[in-house]
Amino acid sequence: MPLGENILSTLRQIVGRENVLTEREDLIPYSFDGTAALQQMPGCVVFALSTAHVVAVVKLANEAKLSVVTRGSGTGLSGGSLPNRDCIVLCTVRMDKILELDRANLTLLTEPGVTTLRIADAATDANLFYPPDPGSMKISTIGGNVAENSGGLRGLKYGVTRNYVMGMEVVLPNGEVMWLGNKCVKDVAGYSLKDLFIGSEGTLGVITKVLLRLIPKPTAKKTMVATFSQMDHAAEAVSAIIAAQIIPCTLEFLDRMTIHCVEDYAKIGLPLDCEALLLMETDGHPAVVADEATRMEKCCRDCGCLEVRVAQDETEANKLASARRSAFSALARVAPTTILEDATVPRSELARMIRFVAAIAKKYDLKIGTFGHMGDGNLHPTFLTDERNHAEMHRIEEAFKEIFAEAIRLGGTITGEHGIGLAKKSFLPGFLGDAQMRVLRELRRALDPNGILNPGKMFD
Amino acid sequence: MPTTSPSPRPPGAHSHLKDLDYSVVQQCMHCGLCLPTCPTYDATKIERNSPRGRIALMRAIADDRLEPTAAFADEMYFCLGCLACMTACPAGVNYAELFEHARAEAEQSGVLNAPRRTAIRKFTLEWLFMDQRRLQWVGAAMRLYQQLGLQTLVRKSGVLHLFPKRLRELEVMTPAIQSKFSDELISPVTPPVGPKKYRVAMLTGCAQDLIFSDVNRDTVEVLARNGCEVVTPPEQLCCGSLHAHNGEWELAQQLARKQINQFPPEKFDAIITNAAGCGSHLKHYAKLLAGDPAYEKRAHLWDDKLKDIHEWLAHIGIAPVANNAAPPQVVTYHEACHLCHGQKITAQPRQVLRAIPNLKLVELPESTWCCGSAGIYNLIQPEMANDLLDRKMKHIRSTRVKIVATANPGCLLQIINGAKRENLPLRVAHPITLLAEAYRQSPS
Repeated sequence: MPLGENILSTLRQIVGRENVLTEREDLIPYSFDGTAALQQMPGCVVFALSTAHVVAVVKLANEAKLSVVTRGSGTGLSGGSLPNRDCIVLCTVRMDKILELDRANLTLLTEPGVTTLRIADAATDANLFYPPDPGSMKISTIGGNVAENSGGLRGLKYGVTRNYVMGMEVVLPNGEVMWLGNKCVKDVAGYSLKDLFIGSEGTLGVITKVLLRLIPKPTAKKTMVATFSQMDHAAEAVSAIIAAQIIPCTLEFLDRMTIHCVEDYAKIGLPLDCEALLLMETDGHPAVVADEATRMEKCCRDCGCLEVRVAQDETEANKLASARRSAFSALARVAPTTILEDATVPRSELARMIRFVAAIAKKYDLKIGTFGHMGDGNLHPTFLTDERNHAEMHRIEEAFKEIFAEAIRLGGTITGEHGIGLAKKSFLPGFLGDAQMRVLRELRRALDPNGILNPGKMFD
Repeated sequence: MPTTSPSPRPPGAHSHLKDLDYSVVQQCMHCGLCLPTCPTYDATKIERNSPRGRIALMRAIADDRLEPTAAFADEMYFCLGCLACMTACPAGVNYAELFEHARAEAEQSGVLNAPRRTAIRKFTLEWLFMDQRRLQWVGAAMRLYQQLGLQTLVRKSGVLHLFPKRLRELEVMTPAIQSKFSDELISPVTPPVGPKKYRVAMLTGCAQDLIFSDVNRDTVEVLARNGCEVVTPPEQLCCGSLHAHNGEWELAQQLARKQINQFPPEKFDAIITNAAGCGSHLKHYAKLLAGDPAYEKRAHLWDDKLKDIHEWLAHIGIAPVANNAAPPQVVTYHEACHLCHGQKITAQPRQVLRAIPNLKLVELPESTWCCGSAGIYNLIQPEMANDLLDRKMKHIRSTRVKIVATANPGCLLQIINGAKRENLPLRVAHPITLLAEAYRQSPS
């Protein structure tokens, strides 16, 4: 049901007229997020400027039983910030202040609408390091990163967003404000509710402040590119590196299709005559970096790589890393619709999983580009299609069912870093089982009895 | 799972966006990587003001989910057309094409029609800028107004206060008209200095001809110094970028055909432009004239031959300037949007500047961020344009240079006005002018 005029005028009173959008031309651009082929019109968009705004908006919605979908920059890849029909989109991009950088405790306190890149830059300016670096970090907001527990290219060594959240301010659906966590490195008081909210995909509360852990900046870094004539060889090289007990900071791979698309966009001279490419980065103490780089190169050579190229300087290293970050979008050069997955398997099963994905693409006659975080087993098989081709879209759905089933069979998971949202909702019960689903539902009901926050996402 | 599916087009309906190859709108996979590079989104944080949002609106029209409305049209004119999003887009969305079609759609729908707007558009786009002679008459009249001291008189008399504030602001921005236009400064054929290596045509442009005819002269001199015989017909015309960027597709096509007739591409090694905005448009005549049996093929050849002056010089190798020729100068470089984003020419102008002895190039922070000029944007969206100019001037001040080089008449004017506004003793010059000066001081 469309939002009533009285609700809209109350919203305008709360946040100010200029912070409520209701015109059709304003709403259409909020009818999707970064996920392909999903679209739904919201009822209005509300920009909150403060925690008090969020409290008032959520309270109003809770009393009127209206759904609220929290949104940052809308870069999510599982439909997590896709609006529900006629919902209130609660947009946090105007809550964009970094509130404190505490050098004594190595923490950073920020509002949720600050982009990940700005946080990384603020840390760098203080000679510190914020490692999580999702592909969309130029524009994704930290609130969204926490809500989706985003990963990134450095997950292998440094972990994901969860590992850097020390605390947060959360507004509950009834308007209560909670502070979870603090600046203490050790704290075991009560259940770890903070962890419950990380990755809750906007279903349990609205994150209004985040306290992040920063770490010392690695003093040295080396970036290398290895090329392979066969995908299997690249996967074996990754296994060899892990088995040699080297944990590089980045271990990414691109297949032939992805390499060509990325090169077409970034023009940085990626080798085009190979089937697979590994982007490797090691950082830390200069002596360790030098040693790891040599051993990684040896692992690659032992697995029959064609060539190993070492980035000559920081500029070249950054170019390579940012080229990799653009992989997903660059694949859109091949086909108008790109459907990206992030099935993840234990690292020992990578080669098997990659072979399986290739076989599935063949079986269903689909075009696929695969890239991903090889080092942590997180694959991004990306189907290249046209959403208007309904028959092919259906085959893609079938292909994904098989891919997820195989990932689970190999001890993997249905999402490594994108979340469940709407896109993978149907796979969750089969993956988690009855008991977990019951606990999830009860938790959600306890916190959001009226079901106003991001209803229908993750699970019903 | 709800999916989008475009409804079939109603029979007989003509629409720029609906007739466009659907895959161009579909190419945007809304990853959002364009957002941080868009000046309007950066200012408002509203999705509609971003490339991703605008494309969503265009697609909604193509899908019959939205009619072209006044809000849609306003949004298309709020876009600077700076094309920074195209540089940022890994998916390769052709935003320039979408943007021109969207403005054409807005014009065709008539949602912005108002007597005054229509009159101004008819006067400028359909009359004034269709014939360079008319533009020169108007330019000569303005020159008279400026040279007879009338402008000073008018300004001092306070009579301007009788006019609305907006008009007063515009009057201050009026550019100084050159005392001689290009045809009075440049011979129809300029012989090369030394042996002839190339034969090129020189486009003198429309506004460039009136306000920066000296830059045209400098360009011809530099070309001659680099072994080019330069053909510069005295009567020239507007390239049509103004028309294409403002939704007048058919007038732009007319002008493109005339250009090709006047400068048969098969007769030249290159056709040279020194204005970034024009170059960005001039290189896409093939797209503009697609399906025109008489012109399509020649338009492809035209596109191949069309070169920005920096691009051409870098390609043929810049003839050296004698080392002791130039006095020491410190220069920063502002990248015109349509040079860096529209034509991906960023290294070559720096090469030109570095070819000048004793010139120190200081990089400008955010050198590729739009200055707010954007064609006639500063006239129709003064507020946004001013904010962008403030931002640009802040960065220019931070470099502490006395000379800013930039290669587009709009940017030159905008930054000149910015310096005037802030009482900043700043010289704003085309890189080619600086090179020409160095050559002049160097024995040939």
